[in-house]
Amino acid sequence: MIYTKDLSKTYNGTTVLNIEELTIPKGQSFGLVGNNGAGKTTYFSLLLDLIKPTTGNITSNEVVVDQSEDWKPFTSSFIDESFLIGYLTPEEYFYFIGELRGQNKADVDSLTAQFEDFFNGEIIGKKKYLRDLSKGNQKKAGIVAALIGNPEVIILDEPFANLDPTTQIRLKQIIKDLAEKQGVTVLVSSHDLMHVTDVCERIVVLEKGNVVKDLETNPATLKELEAHFGSNAVVSQEEE
Amino acid sequence: MIKHFLNLEWKQYFRSSYWQKNMAINIFMVFFALYFIGVFLFIGAFLFKIVGKLVPDQDPFKVVNYYLFYWIIGDLLMRFFLQKLPVMSVKPLLTLPIKRSTVVNFVLGKSALSFFNFLPLFAIIPFSISLFLNGYETSTVLTWLITMIITVLIINFLNFIIEAFSAESELSMLPILTVVGVLFSLNYFEILPMTTLVGSAYLAVSNNPILILVPILILAACYTYNYKLLRSKLFLDSSLKSKVTEVNAADLSWTERFGDVAPFMKLDLKLIWRNKRTKSMAFLLLIGVLYGLFFYPQPMYREMTFMYAFIGIFSTGFFLINFGQFIPAWDSGYYKLLMSQNIKYEQYLRSKFILMVISVVLLFVLGIPYVYFGYKILIAHFAAAIYNIGVNTHVILWGGSFNRKKIELDKKAAFNYQGTGAVQWLIGIPLMLVPMAMFGLVNWLVGFAAAVALLIVLGLVGIIFHKKLMKAITQKYLDSKYKMINAFSQDN
Repeated sequence: MIYTKDLSKTYNGTTVLNIEELTIPKGQSFGLVGNNGAGKTTYFSLLLDLIKPTTGNITSNEVVVDQSEDWKPFTSSFIDESFLIGYLTPEEYFYFIGELRGQNKADVDSLTAQFEDFFNGEIIGKKKYLRDLSKGNQKKAGIVAALIGNPEVIILDEPFANLDPTTQIRLKQIIKDLAEKQGVTVLVSSHDLMHVTDVCERIVVLEKGNVVKDLETNPATLKELEAHFGSNAVVSQEEE
Repeated sequence: MIKHFLNLEWKQYFRSSYWQKNMAINIFMVFFALYFIGVFLFIGAFLFKIVGKLVPDQDPFKVVNYYLFYWIIGDLLMRFFLQKLPVMSVKPLLTLPIKRSTVVNFVLGKSALSFFNFLPLFAIIPFSISLFLNGYETSTVLTWLITMIITVLIINFLNFIIEAFSAESELSMLPILTVVGVLFSLNYFEILPMTTLVGSAYLAVSNNPILILVPILILAACYTYNYKLLRSKLFLDSSLKSKVTEVNAADLSWTERFGDVAPFMKLDLKLIWRNKRTKSMAFLLLIGVLYGLFFYPQPMYREMTFMYAFIGIFSTGFFLINFGQFIPAWDSGYYKLLMSQNIKYEQYLRSKFILMVISVVLLFVLGIPYVYFGYKILIAHFAAAIYNIGVNTHVILWGGSFNRKKIELDKKAAFNYQGTGAVQWLIGIPLMLVPMAMFGLVNWLVGFAAAVALLIVLGLVGIIFHKKLMKAITQKYLDSKYKMINAFSQDN
């Protein structure tokens, strides 16, 4: 589904991402973890053709993303608040995204109706602009907007940050359902090891732009990840 | 403590990317400032002589004092549009052990150092010297000078009080217009002779130095009021919790007839209507309509046929120019979304194009009454409108692909240079000067009919090749996609 080959991104001589080869099959829930500056957001931005790769490229469903725009109809994403249009209400925003993805109002309404629990009554029908919502509620709106129009690939950068515990648990269920029941390829990045191991079938650890671990999730994965990041902390303590 | 604040200010100013990236604008502003300083110096140095020549039988000092009222009104008006209360990012300071009063006093004190307070000094001091040289008593001149400086500061703080009120009212221009309007009409309709009152007051103070306490008290009152206003705002909840505005939803289903660009048109209309900066721009439409009234009532301009084209281009294209020059920066806040969404760039641009065309047609129709000043004006405006639709829309869209400046939508518009780069200044040449020059030249060489025909033909050519031009423009945008995404995600 998503095939990355010889991908690298260099800013002023500093390589921030360098992936030799990475294949993400269709319907996989894929988790990306790593410390700050590991290259998670860079990888997602490359996947969305928001920045130009220095070398190599990403092929999504046989479309080379930096050469054709044909990946757009089946890909959706929520990276950060700059994906929201502040002067729209959440409903208007959903309809706008819906229109871009060929969904009419009824389609969008029936989709958002499924997320009533997730919204917790704070999004729909509040007559507020997105810019006036709290960070957490903005995020909820952005995540649900990324689900509009039956995308085959969904990219969510740090979806759990800023969400309250209840919403985090609901979101985990949503992401699991997407991959398991609907065959959607979900790419998630997170700092929270527990959440990713709960949600993702496969977890890739990035460190300074390189893939250092590629794990199939099993009951021992969380321990392994904790050990990996914990040992980093020990090493850096020793260095000090 | 003040030392730390000053240090922070210094760093904030010189480390802002705005300063580093906008040398051109900075240089421009410096020249602007130097120009005004020069003008004021000139006025200050020669005012005494000029007034003496104009009204030889009166004491120039008195005459000047009687006109101070107009200066106060004018200064207030100018400051309202140009001067902003200096901002300080207080949020990080609130949790630190700093007294709130220190922060407030610092912000207010800093405002006293504004350029607007120094500018009048360039006129006041030379004028005082000339008074002194002309044999006025030292004590009178000195008292007058000090009173004037206090007045400048009073205006400074009065302006912030007015601005505080205007920030809260929906029609932001209302408070200043009320204050200035009431003062001016009181004087104009001779209900209260403000000019004489103000003039006598200044003369009285100058002759009795003890009376200087009155302006000092007024200044203290203004300062205290400002202090209270600011102090009450200096809590986390008031700065964190921005005012939540009720949604005003309008029925935009009429846009559906434009087919696949409808979603973008709806978005653009909401963009214009729901954001401060764009909203004030929409009111500029009105100025566009009325623009001709500055010129046509005067017979002098009516004889200059080449002016018709300029006014025509300007008044029918007023919205086009103001809105178009910031495409696509209007959408800079969510540009990443647009670029990763399932959209065709061309639809996005065509929506802007249609919007501009509608505005040109609308402005032309509203401008039809200008026929009162002569049928030729209407014909020239018609030609200008066609030219705007066929040529200028494309030129401005093309120019937009060079936009690299982010715009924050909820800032005020007047004299807000955010998002302005060299492109915005340069684009004015082909937009307005070129058609005006062509029109003027042909009009002079061949005749009015030929000049009108030229503009119309050029416009029609643009309309005929619309599809092709849009394709080229779209390609230009695609080529600079990464650069724009990068530039728009930078903070100013």
